[in-house]
Amino acid sequence: MTALLDVKGLHAAYGETKVLHGLDFAVQQGGVTALLGANGAGKTTTLRAICGMVRTQGAIVLGGKHIEGMATEDIVRLGVAHVPDGRGTFMELTVEENMRLGAYTRPAREATADFDRMFGYFPRLKERFRQQAGTLSGGEQQMLAISRALLLRPKLLLLDEPSFGLAPLIVKEIFGIMRRIKDEEGVSILLVEQNATIALAFADHAYLLETGRIVISGPASDISKDESIRRSYLGY
Amino acid sequence: MEGFIHQVISGIATGGIYASVALALVMIYQATHHVNFAQGEMATFSTYITLTLINIGLPYWVAFLGAVAISFVIGVAIERLLMRPVANAPVLTSVGVFVGLLLIVNSVTGWMFDYTIKQFPSPFSGKPMLGGFLSGHELGSTGVTLAVLISVYLFFKHTRLGLAMRAAAFNPVSSRLVGVRVGWMLALGWGLAAAIGSVAGCMVAPIVFLDPNMMSGILLYAFAGALLGGIDSPLGAVLGGFMVGVIENLGGAYVVGTELKLTLALIIIISVLTLKPSGLMGRKVYSRV
Repeated sequence: MTALLDVKGLHAAYGETKVLHGLDFAVQQGGVTALLGANGAGKTTTLRAICGMVRTQGAIVLGGKHIEGMATEDIVRLGVAHVPDGRGTFMELTVEENMRLGAYTRPAREATADFDRMFGYFPRLKERFRQQAGTLSGGEQQMLAISRALLLRPKLLLLDEPSFGLAPLIVKEIFGIMRRIKDEEGVSILLVEQNATIALAFADHAYLLETGRIVISGPASDISKDESIRRSYLGY
Repeated sequence: MEGFIHQVISGIATGGIYASVALALVMIYQATHHVNFAQGEMATFSTYITLTLINIGLPYWVAFLGAVAISFVIGVAIERLLMRPVANAPVLTSVGVFVGLLLIVNSVTGWMFDYTIKQFPSPFSGKPMLGGFLSGHELGSTGVTLAVLISVYLFFKHTRLGLAMRAAAFNPVSSRLVGVRVGWMLALGWGLAAAIGSVAGCMVAPIVFLDPNMMSGILLYAFAGALLGGIDSPLGAVLGGFMVGVIENLGGAYVVGTELKLTLALIIIISVLTLKPSGLMGRKVYSRV
């Protein structure tokens, strides 16, 4: 396997406050990588750094191309889709308009064909197609956010806590569909989660973040089996 | 009774002008959360461009469309060169820039085209129409205004670019994440607002005559209209503009007299801000803590 995303010595800061202190990690082609860690460890910042939404130092290489310092819009156009924390729904617009925006960088005809594939994953979006997105439930908004990201036809999908604020049953449903999506769309995924159990079951590689540094990395199955890691970092 | 109907209809005609300027204000407000105080002066400048093009011998409609195009470019340039550097500045800085822009555009207009009051031609006949209720110009300008409002609506509702511009105004962060070039969307919004203002200027100039301060009163009425309809609702602003036109005409004819008409704008502004700040169709913003 080759690395689709290769990050070396990544530093990031909000103004004077340094949040990331030299991260090295990679996302393999077609793989799912999980970033785990407690609140404030820098998981969300890492995703934002990849998308050029915070000031960074260090190398971020996507498919052999350096993307650090590029504008967010241009990174997105290279095939990086980001489902941000808070899901980034356009609340005032309809579900349809949200989906059209997801496919904004692509020809309109192609996009319309892709809508049906999204309805295949998330039939509920079809029922809500003309509805204002702000009226959707949290789970439906997460489905919409994932569809919006996939409509970009991304090479790399960044998911920021898809389980946040959702009932366990809905989380299970969404991760079930995510497995299908991973296989059918051929997309590589970088997943940020606080819910380590579900993330480790989905990912094939994981990194553990503590206050802006990677403290442990390895195959997801090894990490979930290691009792001492589980106790000290993952809290279950 | 006939007089009353006459006042209402001619109120709708001037209301159309307020509606277009109100729409221009709302478009910039939605994207930047600032009221563009210079909107009126920009429209006046555009009207002078039309007059200059007519004077060099171009047919009216060619000059009209030429001025619309030039105004669009000027609007884009103002956003890129003046507003962009202060995009993240504190509110007072932005207000300062807007006030400065107003003064500069006003002075440049006076300097380039002098301060004497000029006649401005109308492309429509001056004969009374609709049984004498409206002049040909009022009818024609209402038609042009409606055509502009409808095309703007269709543009925002049914085109990719229109959707991207709305998205950029509502949620710039998410818009960047789907690849929308948010900076350019803002600039296009300014261009569009300037173009709409240009049309409004050309339609009102034959009635009020052209001088560098032509739009200052109109901007107040338009602002009252935008507030009345809801400063964050384009449709509301348009309806508010028409309502203010009718209120102004009726109030001027039957209540306060022509001299005090402008106070009506102030009364509307203050009443809306104290009684229903979100306007008739504006969104109430609740935030959860």
